[in-house]
Amino acid sequence: MWWIRLKALIIKELLAVLRDPKGRMILIGPPILQLFVFSYAATLEVRNVDVMVLNRDAGRWGYELVQRLDGAPTFRRIEHTQSTAALHDAINRQRVIAAIHIGPTFSRDIEAGRSADVQIILDGRRSNASQIVGGYLSQIIASVAAETPAGRQAAPSSVTVIPRNWFNPNLIYQWFMVPSLVANIALLIGLVVTALSVARERELGTFDQLMVSPLRTHEILIGKLAAPMLIGLFHVSVYITAAVFFFGVPLRGSLILLYGSAIFYLASVVGLGLFISSLSKTQQQAILGAFLFMVPATLLSGFATPIENMPEWLQPLTLVNPLRYFLVIVKGVFLKDLPLSEVAGNTLPLAIIAAFTLGTAAWLFRRRLA
Amino acid sequence: MTSAATSNAPRPDVIRLDGVAKQFGVAPPALDSITATVRGGEITGLVGPDGAGKTTLMRLMTGLMLPDAGTIEVLGHDTRTGAARIQAEIGYMPQRFGLYEDLSVQENLNLYADLRGLAKSERPAVFDDLLTFTDLRPFTARLAGNLSGGMKQKLGLACALLKKPRLLLLDEPGVGVDPISRRDLWKMVEALTEEGVGVLWSTAYLDEAEACHRALLLNAGKLLFAGPPSALTERVAGRVFKLTGAAGRRRAILACALEEESVVDGVIQGEAIRLVVKRGADPATLRAQAGTEARIAPTAPRFEDAFVDMLGGGPGGRSKLAEATHARPADDGRPVIEARGLTKKFGDFTAATDITFEVPRGEIFGLLGPNGAGKSTTFKMLCGLLKPTLGEGRVAGFDLRRDGAEARNRLGYMAQKFSLYGDLSVAQNLAFFAGVYGLAGALKRERMALMTEIFDLGPHANLSSKDLPLGLKQRLALACAVMHEPEALFLDEPTSGVDPITRREFWTHINGLVEKGVTVLVTTHFMDEAEYCDRISLIDRGRSIALGTPDALKARVATPDNPDPTMEDAFISLVRSSSERAAA
Amino acid sequence: MTVSTHSVVNGSRRGSTVRLAALVHKESLQILRDPSSILIAFVLPAVLLFLFGYGVSLDTARTRVGLVIEAQTPLTQDLAASFQASRYFDVAVARDRRAFEEDLVLGRIRGIIVVPATFATDFTARRNPAIQVIVDGSDTNTANFVQNYAQGTVGNWAAMRGAETAARPPAINVQSRYWFNSELKSRNFLVPGSVAIVMTLVGTLLTSLVVAREWERGTMEAIMATPVSATELLAGKIVPYFLLGLTSMTLCVAIAVLLFGVPFRGSLLALYALSAAFLVPALGQGLLISAATKNQFLASQVALMSAFLPAFLLSGFLFEISSMPTVIQWITLLVPARYLIQSLQTVFLAGDIWSMFLRDIAIMLLIGSVLFLLAARSTRKRIA
Repeated sequence: MWWIRLKALIIKELLAVLRDPKGRMILIGPPILQLFVFSYAATLEVRNVDVMVLNRDAGRWGYELVQRLDGAPTFRRIEHTQSTAALHDAINRQRVIAAIHIGPTFSRDIEAGRSADVQIILDGRRSNASQIVGGYLSQIIASVAAETPAGRQAAPSSVTVIPRNWFNPNLIYQWFMVPSLVANIALLIGLVVTALSVARERELGTFDQLMVSPLRTHEILIGKLAAPMLIGLFHVSVYITAAVFFFGVPLRGSLILLYGSAIFYLASVVGLGLFISSLSKTQQQAILGAFLFMVPATLLSGFATPIENMPEWLQPLTLVNPLRYFLVIVKGVFLKDLPLSEVAGNTLPLAIIAAFTLGTAAWLFRRRLA
Repeated sequence: MTSAATSNAPRPDVIRLDGVAKQFGVAPPALDSITATVRGGEITGLVGPDGAGKTTLMRLMTGLMLPDAGTIEVLGHDTRTGAARIQAEIGYMPQRFGLYEDLSVQENLNLYADLRGLAKSERPAVFDDLLTFTDLRPFTARLAGNLSGGMKQKLGLACALLKKPRLLLLDEPGVGVDPISRRDLWKMVEALTEEGVGVLWSTAYLDEAEACHRALLLNAGKLLFAGPPSALTERVAGRVFKLTGAAGRRRAILACALEEESVVDGVIQGEAIRLVVKRGADPATLRAQAGTEARIAPTAPRFEDAFVDMLGGGPGGRSKLAEATHARPADDGRPVIEARGLTKKFGDFTAATDITFEVPRGEIFGLLGPNGAGKSTTFKMLCGLLKPTLGEGRVAGFDLRRDGAEARNRLGYMAQKFSLYGDLSVAQNLAFFAGVYGLAGALKRERMALMTEIFDLGPHANLSSKDLPLGLKQRLALACAVMHEPEALFLDEPTSGVDPITRREFWTHINGLVEKGVTVLVTTHFMDEAEYCDRISLIDRGRSIALGTPDALKARVATPDNPDPTMEDAFISLVRSSSERAAA
Repeated sequence: MTVSTHSVVNGSRRGSTVRLAALVHKESLQILRDPSSILIAFVLPAVLLFLFGYGVSLDTARTRVGLVIEAQTPLTQDLAASFQASRYFDVAVARDRRAFEEDLVLGRIRGIIVVPATFATDFTARRNPAIQVIVDGSDTNTANFVQNYAQGTVGNWAAMRGAETAARPPAINVQSRYWFNSELKSRNFLVPGSVAIVMTLVGTLLTSLVVAREWERGTMEAIMATPVSATELLAGKIVPYFLLGLTSMTLCVAIAVLLFGVPFRGSLLALYALSAAFLVPALGQGLLISAATKNQFLASQVALMSAFLPAFLLSGFLFEISSMPTVIQWITLLVPARYLIQSLQTVFLAGDIWSMFLRDIAIMLLIGSVLFLLAARSTRKRIA
């Protein structure tokens, strides 16, 4: 009997969000568009930046350095100037991210075996990008330095660093970004759809109709849970397919493990959504409540910055964040063939979060009746 | 009351409609060449079945919508060119009146006073008048969202009246409002007309239309009648009869009578049946079916009789739904719905106190009472939507607290606040409710097909239910509520805002079901609907102040002045005397 | 009756002011009564800044790595010591790389630095000594950091050793100057981004929700049938949320400057002028969304996808715009947050550079006026 009721409820929940063409479009179109825009846009790599060169040196070494800069693929354009004022203005107005100032005695100093000075000015407002640019510039300058007479003598004391990038040999950004987006977009959609579904029924008065039907509270919760989870699984599947076939991200681990843990992840997300919606009186409160959770959750997930870099006292807060665990799983299964034990170890907290939020939501719904 | 000066002066037209037409998409025209006038200083009733175009016509008059053809002149301005000037001079109260629920009564008044440009100096006097007028003075600090339906409606009217408009457009102001508040509203509006204000009052309650100076009758976008209501009532003079003395079998007799060729319309009025017959038909033939004790006597026609007659008569008396329903044998005589000492407290406030009654199988039991008196609370406790603080409720023998799901499986529920899923199609709604009540496979298909056929939903099966006209929504809601053949039907203001024809169709089904042994609990503000009940509990201030048959309640308030009181008279009088006792 | 005096009031400019004031007052009451608008306008900004202030930073703090010294010699111990002394690494040392391999797979460490057994002899013999840096490529950002800093640490160490043995200054001495943010605190540039996020939420999401709610609840129809004009109606929504947006921006800036010591080198005038200019497209977008959807669910989804996420991801807040593919760079030209963020970073860290501000303000106003035009077109005083 109960599965008949439940099936009816799940179909209804799916229809309620998907039958309206506008709703269908908004739930299916943009997330897929987002995948393509953000997986290319959200990169911390630095490419195509403009830099400026003020070369006061007339000799060979200044010319050599400028040539090297021109040949570097990182920079889109190398602007040349002869005035310090123009250089400062370009930095101030963010026309260039860095400026290289080669002094008039540069070549002379090198030929004389003296230490030659190069000044680099970087825009600290974009501190991340400018640090990376600073690194590139230092490398280029070092490569010039190695060819100077003094440099050639010192050369043998230099140490070669051989990089080995496990799991992602060429450090392709999309290999990291696309699996992470799977987790993020599922959170975004799952939370808002769920939080709204109950609040909307309350505002429209259909919630009473559900409550007088033979559906039990837990059946209503399961019904409310299933539809957003199915939508979430749909997105996850689309993203996984795109990751493998479009972005060429290797899927090294088990797809079954990935889906198995995804179900718990979605359950915990939807549980949070139901929890928020059981606390809200209106749709507006439900939506804004979802945002209030979502923004910090994204920041405290290890997505943009590693969790171990956060202060010790803040780290415990990330333990209740489902995104944190699923990011580990999804990236791990894709790139690292994460072992079962480790997947299970990260799925367990998801199950606990889901059980807790769903239990609390059920309790709050029952309490509303009284 | 009306001063001689105004009543003798020719009343100027405040609205002139000339060949007005409006069409939405490819649907049949919502309004089709309407030519009419509305006069100042009187109330003009705008009546018609659901989907007749009443709301569209009102919106056209406000200038919020423009006609496809024809012209509308309001207070001398064409709506095409003078919408801003019209809006400055009219008061408009839309169906879902736009009160801000999170603002208090006073804040809503202040807002609309500012929007309508009421001078600051006049405000104290105007607010004072309106608050007295509406009895809202004790509630000025209360949030509008926490007011009862009647109070909201009064506040809505007060907001529309802030700056005395020259024309007042009211779109179904009486929906969901109890008879006492409705009378108050009417008096408020009537007082305005004495100052020369023109009022257009759209309504599905035809007793209201009957009290108007003039009525405009719309049907399917066409104007069928314009003139004093009495002129319309004329057409059924001598054709209206009251059949009495058939108490036990009145529902069955009505069903038979309505099948008669000669009968145009029929409704139940307590123990009696009111019938309208065709021109030239002899009502005596009807007595044969009613049995020997039945008497039939002519009675005064009402506007509603004429309205139904004008629209070609009411629906037949056969309910295909009832015919398809399995009869429930009158078994052990155990009550199907039981309320024992139901009490509900919200904090300090007691919404219902010690409500006790039993409804045996095959009876219609009505819960009546003023807005906010506790009838909804009682109703909600009995269908499991609220947990009682004290006492217990049972449905079909199951305790709502312990075996809630079992009890809920045996009841059907239909609420005034149209609680179907608007985004789902008609067929999807049916499928959902079938599934929720555990119907599956062949049985589900069979019941769905049956409901589709009985309620003629086939042509609309793929429409979103939110896009249906009210009458169809109401049919669909009933179909969803009875799909699983419930033992008990809970109807919460089931025909609120529904036109008389649809209402008759609805009650034909309910009467048929009751004959088959279904038990019905109904709340209503509609006194004609109360007449269908076998017994009524009148609730005021959280207590049951009267319990009995409609005729018994009416008899309690009969006086030498008013020997044959209406249900509305009984309601008002009983509630007033209870209030006086409470005050004393 | 006093009908004639009323119509004078209505026609006059004063009538319009009264109506606008009433609408603004109403909206303000609603904002103050709904805990959710307070949460989004005041609590969320505080939480965001708190997180950026204390917790989340893009500055690489000490990253956990494993250091494998295959052969213990004074030289390799010296190299190990320089890794242990590095402020970028939290180092665990082992003899064999297998000790760390599992940790790297499970993400417990971010990299393994292998100093091979032959390193010491190669180094002394000047036979091209090499070390290996293995990183977890599944997190490309951290992988890059580890590679760069490991290279830096080894390079410094080698230079030191070289200097010790040969006592020779470096051939080219690079002097790097980070202008405006010499300590390279990421908090300093995350604050302007948070301001943009918060104002986007208030201006676009909240505004689109409250207008859609009026349509859903039918209050719009009642308001429209009063003498209120469409302009007043729009203005009645714009003014309160404009002020709310500026208030929560002020809160953000106050917390950032007073509590977290983020420098503020520009003028308040520039700060408010830029924020005000940004609110024009933000509010315009909110009004347009609600006019087009008239439904809170759809409005929230559209606002999320078209305003919130772009402000987060396509504005240069977290990710460098110049590194994005060309097509996406074109899209970012339409994201108002982009202009706000680059100018606000300047206001905070560099000072007033009006030539830049005026250009950004002009672009934001241009985008805003297009959005407003579209919004006004769809909010004419008509129901259908």
